[in-house]
Amino acid sequence: MLEGWLQIALFLVVLTALVPVLGGYMARVFTGERVFLTPLVAPLERLLYRLLRVDPEEGQDWKRYARSLLVLSTLFWLALYLILRTQTLHPWNPGGFHSGTWDVTFNTTSSFLTNTNWQFYGGETTMTYFSQMAGLAVQNFVSAAVGIVVVIALIRGIIGRSGKSLGNFWSDLVRTLLYILLPISVIGALVLVSQGVIQNLSGYTAVHTLVGGNQVIAQGPVASQEVIKELGTNGGGFFNVNSAHPFENASGLTNFLEMLFILMIPAALTYTYGRMVGNRRQGWAIFSAMLILFVIGVSVAYLAEQHGTPAQHLAGIHHGGNLEGKEQRFGIANTALWASITTVTSCGAVNGAFESLTGLGGAVPQANLSMSEVVFGGVGTGLYSMLIFVIIAVFIGGLMVGRTPEYLGKKIGAREVKLASLGALFTPLTVLLTSGASVATAAGRQSISVAGPNGFSENFYAYLSQANNNGSAWAGFTGYVQPDAGNLGAKGVHLADIMGGLGMVFARYAPILFVLAIAGALAGKKVAPAGAGTMRTDNPTFVALLIGVIVLVGALTFFPALLLGPVVQSLTTNLF
Amino acid sequence: MRRDLVTSVIAVLALTALLGIAYPLVITGVSQVAFPGKADGSLIKRDGKVVGSRLIGQDFRGERRYFQGRPSTATKYAADATAFTNLGPNSRDARDTFRKSLRSYLARERPYDRGLIPAQVPIDAVTSSASGIDPQISRANALIQAHRIAAVRDLSLQHVRKLIDDKTDGRSLGVLGEPGVNVLELNLALDGRR
Repeated sequence: MLEGWLQIALFLVVLTALVPVLGGYMARVFTGERVFLTPLVAPLERLLYRLLRVDPEEGQDWKRYARSLLVLSTLFWLALYLILRTQTLHPWNPGGFHSGTWDVTFNTTSSFLTNTNWQFYGGETTMTYFSQMAGLAVQNFVSAAVGIVVVIALIRGIIGRSGKSLGNFWSDLVRTLLYILLPISVIGALVLVSQGVIQNLSGYTAVHTLVGGNQVIAQGPVASQEVIKELGTNGGGFFNVNSAHPFENASGLTNFLEMLFILMIPAALTYTYGRMVGNRRQGWAIFSAMLILFVIGVSVAYLAEQHGTPAQHLAGIHHGGNLEGKEQRFGIANTALWASITTVTSCGAVNGAFESLTGLGGAVPQANLSMSEVVFGGVGTGLYSMLIFVIIAVFIGGLMVGRTPEYLGKKIGAREVKLASLGALFTPLTVLLTSGASVATAAGRQSISVAGPNGFSENFYAYLSQANNNGSAWAGFTGYVQPDAGNLGAKGVHLADIMGGLGMVFARYAPILFVLAIAGALAGKKVAPAGAGTMRTDNPTFVALLIGVIVLVGALTFFPALLLGPVVQSLTTNLF
Repeated sequence: MRRDLVTSVIAVLALTALLGIAYPLVITGVSQVAFPGKADGSLIKRDGKVVGSRLIGQDFRGERRYFQGRPSTATKYAADATAFTNLGPNSRDARDTFRKSLRSYLARERPYDRGLIPAQVPIDAVTSSASGIDPQISRANALIQAHRIAAVRDLSLQHVRKLIDDKTDGRSLGVLGEPGVNVLELNLALDGRR
């Protein structure tokens, strides 16, 4: 118990210490300063600009920035769909896998493009190594970079001095990939391999077990994908059980590192933000609001999981807490901590089974997602969604004191508030519409695997997770029926696959457009000097106001759904 | 628009080549040279044959001369098609599964550990892991099974306990994760001493 709290505290200390280091580095990358990697990376960077035929110095207004982003995303969508549908032609296909059905592939493609990594498929039974490496893992990099460049564009809009340019999309993308994601991935992957995470292109290994049985052990290029899946808050497991698999997550140490990979960029971006707007306290204020909400969630989850479940108690087991769906090497503390990390961020990788969490323990991931992924959130997406809430908080604060709201010297007008409201409400609306449509129809309910409140949670969480681009699951929910390995005879569940896929796409790109439009609107505004009447946005009062707004919006939207799922489960000892 | 299209087509090809081919192949190459055993899955060979991986749990089918791993009710230790049990906190199936696991654990161990009562059965012995291929059990679980192993293999309890100590992985760096006993390595050590 004490050891558990100690590990959670240690993690938070290491994370916080990393924030200024990585955050400062990222700020230098995006302001074009020289960094220690410049001599190594600059030649490759210049080569890419030449290949792409772009001028990295050419500024783009918000519409052109958005257009480049959307065109690239569309083409990558097509490319990934093509790769996943031609598996029989692939090199590195030791399992001889066929392609998935069109509907599941539609879902998977949309999922990886949008940084969601919701998985209706099981990696080791359906995906060729080529699909994993050249299809899925590429999106782990690119979708993460797209999220980061959007928040950088927003920051440039906030600090812009009556110009229109938000920077250059292509240059931001290339610099994110070459200076941030790729170098950390290379080092991270090798460290993971040194601790037991596998990295090979071999076929599956046939084993004769000690008692004379046969076991087949799946192999693959795992470490290279594992690290970017976490670093980019993607979350799509190489294997079906994701980071609970010992080949993805071999020990307490790999677990600690992988949790850091998930949270380090979203946390550090707050510092990048503070440095770029010229006031580090602004960054720390946002970090504090995130940290407070995060720590509350972790504590609740850890305490809840130590209590065990009604099913366990009724079977006559009253001690030891809830270890169903958890690995011995991680234990309760590290599974609860991971579950919180992966749901405050939009990662969605798991090291234990969410559906087997206690009622209250399972309420934590659901509540985290209900706050629209602003508590750290996805790489880039988290901070830009948080800044939307900051604008709303500034607006509400302005109304309360009766002044024109302004943020960092820029007046927040009707247009910005409208766009921010749209940005804040679009995702929750998508969740409610899709999960409602699913649970109200027989076509939707066929995806649900169990009766009672956990069945409701399966369905609600599926659409909550997809629209928030998270990707974790109450994994009994199915969109795919596979009688044999390798996609043979597989059938997709149309409604779940397609509605989920559309939910992911709309809830990813609509908010991006709102955010870029806000950036464009702010970029043209003059900066007014702060006066006596200016509401400060870097003190504890504002942090409290911000937390209040986030909790209020999340709670008002999702409280009924949370009542029907986890709250019922934590209040009853009945079985279903 | 045209410019964006051309650039995007080239970007798809160039980034796929860099991030999707070059990067994983370089990592594979370096890993195979620097950490060959680990990159290939920490496989264990006996008499030239692969008998398992130290990271992947194995089904010992309740055989009395072997330490038993955690229940794997959904997948029976399949390591090529892993899955969660998805047994929920208020699930009847969960209650029934726990009951069955508890009963069979007691039936197996009680003849050798007379005083064993349900309240002493460690939680890892009756719950399925997340992966279904958890390579470890808790020390408490191993120490109960030690009675059976000592009796069936005609060893001193002290000796079996020492083997358990040898095959216990502590927390990483002394603080991270939970300690656990590697079941396959422990059973191989038992077989190895004759």
